[in-house]
Amino acid sequence: MISLAGRDLLHSWGKFVFTGVGLGLLIGVTLTMAGVYRGMVDDAKVLLDNSGADLWVVQQDTLGPYAESSSLYDDTYRGIRGMPGVARAANVTYLTTQVRQGGRDVRAMVVGVEPGRVGEPGQPGYLVAGRQITRGHYEAVADIASGFKLGDDVQIRRSHYSVVGLTRRMVSSSGDPMVFIPLKDAQEAQFLKDNDAIAQQRRRTAANPAFDRPGTPGLLEAVIASQSTNPYVNAVLVQIEPGYAPEEVAEPIRRWKRLQVYTRVQMEGILVGKLIATSAKQIGMFLVILSVVSAAIVAFIIYTLTLGKIREIAVLKLIGTRNRTIAGMIMQQAVGLGVIGFVVGKIAATFWAPIFPKYVLLEPGDAARGFAAVVVICMLASVLAIRAALKVDPAEAIGG
Amino acid sequence: MKRFLSNNGRKMALLAVLVPLLALFVYVVLRSGPLASIPVTVITVESRALAPALFGIGTVESRYTHKIGPTAAGRIRQVDVQVGDKVSVGQALGEMDPVDVDERIAAQASALKRAEAAVLGADAQTQEAAARRDYAGKQAGRYEKLLESHAVSEEGAGAKRQEQQIAEAGFAAARANLDAARQEFSRVRSEHAGLIRQRANLRLIAPVDGLVVARHADSGTTVVAGQAVVEIIDPANLWINVRFDQLRVSGLRAGLPVRIALRSRAGQMLAGRVLRVEPLADAVTEETLAKVAFDDLPELPPLGELAEVTIALPETPVAPVLPNASIQRVDGHLGVWLVEDDALRFAPVKTGATDLDGRVQILDGIKDGARVVVYSQRALDSRSRVKIVERLPGVSP
Repeated sequence: MISLAGRDLLHSWGKFVFTGVGLGLLIGVTLTMAGVYRGMVDDAKVLLDNSGADLWVVQQDTLGPYAESSSLYDDTYRGIRGMPGVARAANVTYLTTQVRQGGRDVRAMVVGVEPGRVGEPGQPGYLVAGRQITRGHYEAVADIASGFKLGDDVQIRRSHYSVVGLTRRMVSSSGDPMVFIPLKDAQEAQFLKDNDAIAQQRRRTAANPAFDRPGTPGLLEAVIASQSTNPYVNAVLVQIEPGYAPEEVAEPIRRWKRLQVYTRVQMEGILVGKLIATSAKQIGMFLVILSVVSAAIVAFIIYTLTLGKIREIAVLKLIGTRNRTIAGMIMQQAVGLGVIGFVVGKIAATFWAPIFPKYVLLEPGDAARGFAAVVVICMLASVLAIRAALKVDPAEAIGG
Repeated sequence: MKRFLSNNGRKMALLAVLVPLLALFVYVVLRSGPLASIPVTVITVESRALAPALFGIGTVESRYTHKIGPTAAGRIRQVDVQVGDKVSVGQALGEMDPVDVDERIAAQASALKRAEAAVLGADAQTQEAAARRDYAGKQAGRYEKLLESHAVSEEGAGAKRQEQQIAEAGFAAARANLDAARQEFSRVRSEHAGLIRQRANLRLIAPVDGLVVARHADSGTTVVAGQAVVEIIDPANLWINVRFDQLRVSGLRAGLPVRIALRSRAGQMLAGRVLRVEPLADAVTEETLAKVAFDDLPELPPLGELAEVTIALPETPVAPVLPNASIQRVDGHLGVWLVEDDALRFAPVKTGATDLDGRVQILDGIKDGARVVVYSQRALDSRSRVKIVERLPGVSP
């Protein structure tokens, strides 16, 4: 049996393939846009995964540490460690800043962690090169997206750090690469003003008669010293003992320590529902419009492709071809075009996704849904084309 | 015939486009997404001894700091030394304004002379009283003899006896007067000496040989008692006040050799040793403090300069050693991913000593020869398909 669709396809295969590739690029853009949206949500989720925490203890009445600023005294964790159901508790600081290296600077989220405690919450979970921090000061583990290499000397505020390890997919909710440094350095970095500001501050304090009293030598020095310390951290990350429910551990801390505690579910709600909500909706809106436009273009292409063959269809009808055969031919071609388009789109999206500056997550589920959508749209579009084809008068084949 | 060939050619051309496209698609599906294998690097466990080390930072401090200032509130008359001057023991560094001390010394000197004259006067009075007493005694003796021969009356002899007693009393009073004058003289002399000492106390004197590092006040400034005017250190006795994280401080003790990197001399390592470990740790910062002395210091670093101190601890016994990047926490357990016949298995481990290069001794959980995942492209689980590579993609050598 001769495949009518195949024969026709062979007749104008170049046109068919190029139309398919064009369609594919459009589908690729749509898939990529879905990937951008997924990547955005994934950035927020990996931030939570990478912290390795079950509970986030933050300042009372704040949505910290990611969505709002929060500060706790750095000895708070000792009390939390003693609460029932707490397996591990660790201080952590987050500071989004420019990290300088050589002549360039990279926007990064600087995370302060307790050095030398591999596997504690807040620590990078796995590395792609180098080692974890071992010294208590001036070492850094950077995400590979920052572009730093092992052995690089990076500058955060006034201190220099040497990069000893590299991680992957350790990013903030806005996709900035993370740079892990020892907690004490991070506390200093968070607080430390530039040298000019410190000098100004000292001058201002010295000029204040309340602090520079003739009868009390040493008061000024004591005041200045107390101004240049930072006993705060942003959050305490808690891992809970097996057998405890997160809420069961969180509630006593809320009640007795007078601190805000978020569980993983709540934190995800804050990050996805509040922090990236607007930008995610923005991309989501664009994705919807792009999908509708793509569907319309796919439908038009198939419709015009069929209308271009209207003379040939009229001839087929004239020689007594059955309507089913003609309909089958059009639908097979439409679906074939859709499949080629999807394949090209998927390949294109996979190849250009890594070039994007922020993470693009191409989910297999999205690809499957996209494939189904493409096939359905092609079939619907072909129905329109089939209606037009079947209405054609066989006389047109011989008419002028 | 021609039609057939052309048809065949078209078919070939179509296949030539579609087949590579399909192959590319299969490649893409297999290389990305959940079906893709995760590139990992592995290491074979080896037993060896570790040379653990401690790393701390501290500031260069002077071992002895002498803060020289007045012992009573007053105004500074002059400060003779500048910061950077070398001073020797006993050298005058400055002087406080004596206000009226000099005048009081002059007054005391006059009072001393007066007291001296009073002593001389009392002495003369004593001699006079002694002469009176002697004469009265002789007279009384003579009258006693005359009374025996009844040459004088009883009344006359009695009067002479009374005169003798009065003269005796006068002499005792004169002696007492002399004694009082001498005591007064001694008192005034002591007071005079005391004032001179106080005058000397107003001078600021170097208690040791040293270097002037601070000059807090200049002439005309009023300072309170105990406030430092000049600070002197002993430049030969510097140490570093080092802070170590309490987490890894075990093994720290006095006498251990250290390497010191001063911030101003990057790349240059100085030798030293641990002088003492402070019995009091810092409870707030969770750090243990220690003092580290330089073995040999070519030139004086600025005091307060930041220094990085690395202490080599004694070698540990031989045990399986892994890089710390391979240790992960999965479901609350610390462990490593073992590669066994291309499948992954998580083995919980107990970790021991670590060194500063990121090596960890494994006390329990794995044996020599096991193959352990060090780096992975993604987080692993026991169902992950892995591909062992030399270096992860995207990581430059």
